[in-house]
Amino acid sequence: MPLFRSRSKEPLWKEEFSVFTSDERYVTRRQFTKFLTLASLGMFVGNLWILAKSRFTKTPGFPTVEVADISEIPVRGVKLFTYPTAQDHCIMIRTSEEEYVGYSQKCTHLSCAVYYSAKKDCLECPCHQGFFSVKDGSVLQGPPPRPLPQITLERHGAKLLAVGVKGS
Amino acid sequence: MANPEPSKQRRGLVAIDGAMALIVILLIVQIWLLSATLETYLAGHAGPVLPAAIFSGLIFSGCLALNFFVQRVDKDSRR
Repeated sequence: MPLFRSRSKEPLWKEEFSVFTSDERYVTRRQFTKFLTLASLGMFVGNLWILAKSRFTKTPGFPTVEVADISEIPVRGVKLFTYPTAQDHCIMIRTSEEEYVGYSQKCTHLSCAVYYSAKKDCLECPCHQGFFSVKDGSVLQGPPPRPLPQITLERHGAKLLAVGVKGS
Repeated sequence: MANPEPSKQRRGLVAIDGAMALIVILLIVQIWLLSATLETYLAGHAGPVLPAAIFSGLIFSGCLALNFFVQRVDKDSRR
C-alpha cells in the first residue's frame, strides 16, 4: 500500500491541481500534513542516531598514572599533576593521614586554575571567587555551575595512582 | 472555479484541521524531546537516550496515524 499516495484512479496531477476551490483547500492541508509527518520522521531518525551513537561509541579508558609517593606529601599538603593527558592539570590534596582526594584544576566556570586554600579548607578559584568542597568537589559558593571533575585515586603500597575521572 | 461545498466536505475540513493541530502539538513535543536528549547525551549521560528514542517513535507513529486519517477523510470527502 503506498504510504503517501491516494489509491484513487485519478492521475496525481489532477488530484494535486484541482480546478475546484474547495478541493484546493484539501490539497494544501494534505500536503502540509505530509510535510509535518516527514518532519516527525526526521526527528525520530535524529533520536535513533543519538541512540546508535551512544551504543556504539566506546568511551576511552583512563590510563593508570603514578601521582606521588605518599611520604612526600604532608597532611594538608598538595601536589599538582596532569591526568589523563599532559594538558589536563589536576590537584591532589592529602586531607588526613589516610585520605587523599584529586580534582581537575580547571574551574567549571571559566576554566581558571583552582588552588587549595588550607586556611578555608576548600578549593578556590581566584578569578571569580568560586569555592569548591575538598570532600567531593561540589560548588560551595560562587558562579561555577558544576562540581569539579574528581580524579579517582588508588593507593598501591607507598604509591598513589590516578586510575580514572568521575564527572568529567 | 468554485463548486458547491456540501456539509460533508466542510466536516472533512474541520476533521483535517483538528488532525493537523494534533500533529503540530506532537511535533512540538518531539522537537523538545530531541533537543533535550541531545543535550543529555552531550553532557555524558546515556541513560535517557533509549526511552527518548522509544517515545519519539511513538510520537512518529501517532503522526503517521493522523496522516493516514487525513488521507482517508480527504478521500471520503471527495467521493
